[in-house]
This record gives sequence, structure tokens and C-alpha cells, in this order.
Amino acid sequence: MAAGILGLTRAEAGGAAAATGLAVLIGGTLAAVAWQAQGLAGLGPWDWRAVRFTLWQAAVSATLSAMLAVPVARALARRRFVGRSALVTLLGAPFILPVIVAIMGLVAVFGRNGAVNDAARALGLPEISIYGWQGVILAHVFFNLPLSVRLILQGWQAIPAERFRLAASLGFGPRDVARHLERPMLRAVLPGVWLAVFLVCLTSFTVALALGGGPRATTVELAIYQAFRFDFDLGRAASLGLIQIAICVAAMALARWIAIPAAFGAGLDADHRPTAPGGWRRVSDALVITGAAGFLLWPMAAVTLRGLPRIPALPPEVWEAAARSVAMALISATLALVLSLTLALSLARGRMRWVETAGMLPLIASPLVLGTGLFIILRPWVGPQALALPVTVAINAVMALPFGLRALIPAARTLHGDYGRLADSLDLRGFARLRLLTLPRLARPLGFAGGLAAALAMGDLGVITLFGGDRPTLPLQLYQLMNSYRMDEAAGCAVLLMAISFGLFWAFDKGGRLA
Amino acid sequence: MLEFDAVRVTRGPFTLSADLSVPKGARVAVIGPSGSGKSTLLSLAGGFLAPDRGRIRVEGRDITVLPPGQRPVSMLFQDQNLFPHLTVAQNVGLGLRPDGRLSDPQRARVAQVLDEVGLEGMEDRRPANLSGGQQGRVALARVLLRARPLLLLDEAFAALGPALKAEMLALLGRIADQTGATVLMVTHDPDDARSFAPQTILVEGGVAHPPVPTGPLLDDPPPGLRAYLG
Repeated sequence: MAAGILGLTRAEAGGAAAATGLAVLIGGTLAAVAWQAQGLAGLGPWDWRAVRFTLWQAAVSATLSAMLAVPVARALARRRFVGRSALVTLLGAPFILPVIVAIMGLVAVFGRNGAVNDAARALGLPEISIYGWQGVILAHVFFNLPLSVRLILQGWQAIPAERFRLAASLGFGPRDVARHLERPMLRAVLPGVWLAVFLVCLTSFTVALALGGGPRATTVELAIYQAFRFDFDLGRAASLGLIQIAICVAAMALARWIAIPAAFGAGLDADHRPTAPGGWRRVSDALVITGAAGFLLWPMAAVTLRGLPRIPALPPEVWEAAARSVAMALISATLALVLSLTLALSLARGRMRWVETAGMLPLIASPLVLGTGLFIILRPWVGPQALALPVTVAINAVMALPFGLRALIPAARTLHGDYGRLADSLDLRGFARLRLLTLPRLARPLGFAGGLAAALAMGDLGVITLFGGDRPTLPLQLYQLMNSYRMDEAAGCAVLLMAISFGLFWAFDKGGRLA
Repeated sequence: MLEFDAVRVTRGPFTLSADLSVPKGARVAVIGPSGSGKSTLLSLAGGFLAPDRGRIRVEGRDITVLPPGQRPVSMLFQDQNLFPHLTVAQNVGLGLRPDGRLSDPQRARVAQVLDEVGLEGMEDRRPANLSGGQQGRVALARVLLRARPLLLLDEAFAALGPALKAEMLALLGRIADQTGATVLMVTHDPDDARSFAPQTILVEGGVAHPPVPTGPLLDDPPPGLRAYLG
């Protein structure tokens, strides 16, 4: 407002600079990829197979996750039991669980020597293999079923209590409730849930790297990695990168059409529950909840039990990798926080919409595409070994931006609306404003966003694999241990990685709450 | 002395023009129908809105392009006059130094103004632990400390009950006397205008009229104001 007199304020200038830097980084990287690609002529039948597999596995994973999530969400919505809120909280954990750790757990349960195949052998049934397309989909469902359950549960809780009361007073049975209340809600919510999972699975790399591969289970991201790392065919890697970007852009365009909000009014009761029918439905709900909790907890428990005793005996290189990863995660989180806070503060002034678009750019650029592009740009000056760690830190910071912005933009808008004029009238500016107003008022969303950024960076096994390394991160160290079949050490390493990831999130989030 | 010299501002269908001056030390009510532009007039003086043309001067100095914090102006809003995460002393101290780093004499000065508004010993409390009246006193203590020549109140105290509001206006009057400040007060309540402000600016039909004596204006209001007052 006062800025209208003087042109851009400091906050706005900072936001414009950050957004421009981001747009140049991502746009420049994508341009380098496009230039290197020289069209799509270099792609062979293998590559198009990867494209088809990417779309197919994302669609199957999304469909399975959404379908399986409906009964779980319904059971959680209408039952109350000890540990229910802990279970709902736990459903958020896979978001910050390092992918490679979850894969370790799934292998422990569903792998050749896992409990499931032991049981199959004992019963004389054929064994199942976790490697191949079925493993990729299993892992995607493991990660996205909890996410879907949470989203659908929100939909259930958004149905006003009054509707359920009305239904009860009209003598509705469970079938009538389903027809008149639940199915309309699901029709509104499910397309969004499906699309959210579909988007995540489109850029899946770690899962495909560890469990997929071969002609029938290679995603585009994995194909980029193979073209880059094994064939060192930068042109093909870049062409695949272009395809990956096109897929992401098309999916984002789809998101504009599908994300229709549920058309239910707001309810008055914060904590209500739908009528809980008895009989066989009670038993089936109990089975569904137990089954879902088991599917989530069993792999984690299997890794933890095996790995926990091994931690003291872990070799020094694991501890070195852990220290390296923690340092990198902290730098990534700091970068992400500085960038997203700068963007959010300038957006809160409400005059530069394009800044928000810049902040969402990371959604169309996958980590491997960015990594390939940065390598193409920087290789005249720097070797891949020297690039590995800085590029990983930078890309993890950029990838955390959309989450940081989602947490910070509403909070920054509220702050500006509530205290912007008072601060202006007292001439509270620059560093003093940051210290006395912005940081204390935004501590909670900052802590939460920082925790997410740190945990995601800590567990990431993506772009670092392109450059490989004599200085591995902890996830890469774990992957190398798994590949050399040192499974006891790998389990110990996995528990360590999981503990540090959750610990970082907890510390940031708690710090924000206490401040 | 506050001057609006041929000031005009347009925002979509809304326009406000003001060509008036308020003598130094005067207490002036700003009255008019909802949406007429009372708050806009204060925002122009406070620096939250830039005029499309015209100049604004305080004591002869052109302040039209100064940012809010650098104007010779203190402003009280309807709410959010205090930062909830800072103590009473920090909130008041911001009036002396926006970076909050006070010297010992400055700290003593903060304690002194808190005494003057009847809040002795409450330095370390947070706004949430104060009553509405006490919160108003903290904001007024900061006004007293800043001692700016122009004081703008945008329906401040409107949320308080009648007795508390009268108490705040009395304290405000003492502070205005002490600092010699010119006061502009937006209000919905004709009684506030009568009791506090000998002069009134009527804002109506896109124009802020020059101040006239409050009593006669309210006794025989022009048609627009009559409809608003009922």
C-alpha cells in the first residue's frame, strides 16, 4: 500500500528476485534439456515402452490405492477405538518415510525369504516375487494408500453431522446412507485423490530403481537414469526428460479440470461420527482396519526388529554418510525455508501473482530431469563427482518449495492482513521486522515446512544416483549395502535413516511450536 | 496543522476528494455514512493509500510520498494495535525504536509512560493477559511515547463498552494535551463527536468537507447525514 508510493517494497523485491532466480534455474535447466534432446527421434521402442509403463503403473497404483482406501476411510470414520487417533496420525508418516527404507521393509515381508512367501511355501502355493511391475505397484500402494485414506477421511468428516442426524430420523439403513450421503461425497472426492496419487507415481524413481527395471518395469525416470549412467547417452536422457516434462504438464492440466471440491455445507460439530452399523459390518470394519494397519506397520516392524540391534556395529562409513546427509538435509531445509518465506512474504502483499506460479514450477520438473539439465549446463566446468552433493542439495531444496509455500502462503497472508499496517505505521522494517514480527508469528508453519523439507531431503535417493559416488548420502549407502546383499547392515542403516528422518521432522516441528 | 491540498483518489467506482486544513492541536471527528470514505481519508493521512493527485502537508512539510512509519503520525486501528507475541514493554518500546533495542534511559521512559496510563508494573505481561481497556492503554502509552504531531484514530475503541470508551477518550484527551497533537477521529457515534471533538469533518458524496463546529452540524444535519444518523 505504502509501496504504491515508492514502487516495490523490500519484501516484494526479494520475492521477485527469488522467483526470477527460480524461474531461471528451472527454465534454464529445462531449456538445456530441450536443446540437448534435439527432438524425440533418438528414442527407441524401449523408451516408448517406458512411457507406456509409467502411465500404466501410475494409473493402476492410483486406482488400487483409491479403491482400497474407501473401506479403510469408512471404517475409520464410523468407528471409535483406542489408538484410533494414533493410527490416523501414523497414516501421515509414509510421506516423510524414506522410500528406500520402506522398500527394505516390503522386501523383508514380501521378498523371497519374507513371511508371506514362507507361508505360501508352507501351504504349497506358488511364490510371489517382489521384483518387477507387481513390486513397483505394491510399493506405490504402500505409500499412497495412507495418503488416500487421509484425504477420503477428510471427505467423510466434511459431511455435516446434521445430514447423518436427518438420515437417522428418516430411518435410513446403511445402504440408504451410502446412496444418499456417502456416494455423492466419494464422487466429489475420489477423482482428486486418484489424480494426486497418479501424479506422485508419474515421477517415481526410487521404487522403480530398487524393485523395477527390465523391459516390463522401467519408468521414464529410471530410463533417464539408465541412459545417463550406463549408456552415457545425454541426448537420449534429455529426450526422455522432455517426455517426462510433457507427461507432468499434461497431468497438471488435467488437475485443473478434476480437482472439484465437495459441495457439502459446513457442519457445526467438529468431532462427530456417522452412524456405526452393527452386525457383519462391525466385523468387516475391524478386519479392514487391522489389515490396513498391518500392511503399514508390518514392514516397518520387520526392518526395525532386524536393524535395531545392528546399529552399534555399523561400519564407520555409514556414520560418515549419516553425518553428511544430516548436513545436506539441514542446508536444503534452510534454503527451502529462505526461498519459500521470501516468496510467501512478497505474495502476501498480493500484487505479484506470477511469483506464486514460479513457486509451483518444481511440480513440472522431476528431480532427474533437473539433475540431467544441471549436468548439461555445468559439465564444461565441473566434473560429475564434484556436482553430486551440491546439485542434490539444491534440487532437494527446490523440490520442497511447493510444500513450504502451501504451509506459508496462507499464514503470511494472515500476518500481513492482521499486522501489516501496524508494523508499517511503526516503521518496523528489514531485519527488525523479521526478528520482531515475521519469525515469531510464522514460527509454526516455518517449523512444519522446515521439518518436511529436512525429512524429504534426508530420505531422498534420486539425483545423487546419477552422479554416484565416493561420498554417498545415507540413502545411497543403504542402497549400496542392499545391492551387495549385506542385509543385516542394510537393516541397521535403514533404522538409522528412518530415525534421523523422523527425528529431523519432529525437531523442526517442535521447535516451531515452542517458539 | 494538517492540510489536504486538492487531494483526489479514485479506486474503481469510488472517489474521494479533500481540500481542507485542520489547525494545530485541534480535535476533529470524522463522520459520514458507511462507505463514504472516512477510513480512506485517514489512510491518505497515514500513508496507507497514495492520492492520485494533490499534496498532503503536516506543519508545512509535504508528506505525500513518505512511507507510513516515517510520517509525523501515530495511528490507532479498530483492533490489532498490539503484537500479541511481544510483552507490554516491547510493544510500547517499538514506539521509540522500531528495532526494539532500548537503552536503559529508554527503558525507564517506557516504564514512565506505562505509569502515566495506569499500567505500572505490567511491563512483562502479554496482551492476551490484559483486559480490553488495559490493551487500549498500552496502545495509548505508545502514542504518548512517540509524541507525533498528528494522531489518527480509525474507530479505535469502537469495540469497547460505553464506560470504558469514555475512559479511553478521556485518557486520549490528556495525551493529546500533553503532546499538543492534532487528533482526527473516525467515529460512528455522534455522542463521541460531541464529547471529544469541537470540530467535525463530514465525509459524504465523495467529498471530505472542511471542519465545522460539531454541535451545530449534529443539531441540524444535512440530508445525507440526517438519513445516516436516523
